[in-house]
Amino acid sequence: MDATVTTGTEDSVWGGGNRPLGASYGKMMMWFFIISDALTFSGFLVAYGFSRFKFIETWPIADEVFTHFPFMHGVEAPMYYVAFMTFVLIMSSVTMVLAVDAGHKMKQNKVILYMFLTVIGGLIFVGSQAWEWATFIKGDHGALETKSGRILQFVDAETGKRVALADFAHTLPEERVRQMKNEGIWFEGEGYKTSFSLNEVVEGFKATPNILIRTEQLDEEGEKTVLDRAQSLAKINNAVQVVEGANLIHNEYGNRLFADFFFFITGFHGFHVFSGVVINIIIFFNVILGTYERRGHYEMVEKVGLYWHFVDLVWVFVFTFFYLV
Amino acid sequence: MAHEHKLEIFRGLLKFKSNTQKIWGVLIFLTIVTTVEVALGIVKPRALTHSHLLGMKLLNWIFIVLTLVKAYYIAWDFMHLRDEKTSLRRVIVWTPIFLICYLIFILLFEADYIYNVYKDGFVTWDF
Repeated sequence: MDATVTTGTEDSVWGGGNRPLGASYGKMMMWFFIISDALTFSGFLVAYGFSRFKFIETWPIADEVFTHFPFMHGVEAPMYYVAFMTFVLIMSSVTMVLAVDAGHKMKQNKVILYMFLTVIGGLIFVGSQAWEWATFIKGDHGALETKSGRILQFVDAETGKRVALADFAHTLPEERVRQMKNEGIWFEGEGYKTSFSLNEVVEGFKATPNILIRTEQLDEEGEKTVLDRAQSLAKINNAVQVVEGANLIHNEYGNRLFADFFFFITGFHGFHVFSGVVINIIIFFNVILGTYERRGHYEMVEKVGLYWHFVDLVWVFVFTFFYLV
Repeated sequence: MAHEHKLEIFRGLLKFKSNTQKIWGVLIFLTIVTTVEVALGIVKPRALTHSHLLGMKLLNWIFIVLTLVKAYYIAWDFMHLRDEKTSLRRVIVWTPIFLICYLIFILLFEADYIYNVYKDGFVTWDF
């Protein structure tokens, strides 16, 4: 695809049309972008590593957090869904390479087909990520937060399985005072309402002897420490509020930084996938309109292909450092 | 435009007849590696979680190595770095690797230091 310039001045360095390192201008610029974006992502991931090493003994265990699979409620399926998402993204990478390959051979219809499949793959991935976020935000069992921001979770004494707040919390006849704007000088809204009050959870816990508290602390086996009944009863006095689900301030799964990084890194990656899908759609229509057929080469497909593979490449690292390690 | 493709992977151990075939071959390889990762992540063999190398579990090192292997094949075959000039390849690969290694080194050491400050200080962080 020696398409850019052929003016007969190739001998002259300043005549234009030079291709340093054998890459055309557009491709070179795409590589520039990819390298700088790679450094941005590494900055995020290393920052995640920083926080994790800082709280190495209390960090949440990822496969206890991501245990859901769509349409399979109540089934423990650690990581299967993320593995599926990884596969979808790699698969859409493959259709993208096939599109580039077909472009080299100037087969317009094949490029159209493969670009279409790539877009579909990207959409499935973004949709899956939205579902993953929704599940994460909604939460699972619920927990208590102490004054220092530590999370106390509940487990069954015999089976060691997690217990949801709804399983043991009492319903007390208490009135929740609704604060209004006209009552305060500095009113910032009501804050977030949980399905049980702190008092209801504490009373329920005291009345149910076969429930123990699990702290954030990891033991030598790499498991979360479960306190015995006496320690649990002492520990629950530290609790100051109920936490259900995760947001940027509270996180029922453990360290709140975990949720912050989850939202930030997978969100930033998801945004890349989304913009990749938009760019792919634009190129898809250009292929249909025959723009590249008339231009005589499909280098544009190759360039967006580079971006798309890069998104896949980043996911491989996010997958490892967020879900596996 | 580099139209000729290098059609062998694993240092010539596996040769493909066409570029399309190579792409499918690489997909199969990447799928196998991902499956191994997920399987190890679910089973968590005791031998691997209880032995350490440079302060990290052996299992985590395996994950990182497998990730780098995957990254290599995505960059080399999907982003067709294999077909580019050696000089371009080196510029693209070694610049970020150098910078990222430096960043990892400096931040993880700092984090470990802070961890020890929290741990050995006379202040409790759990109340």
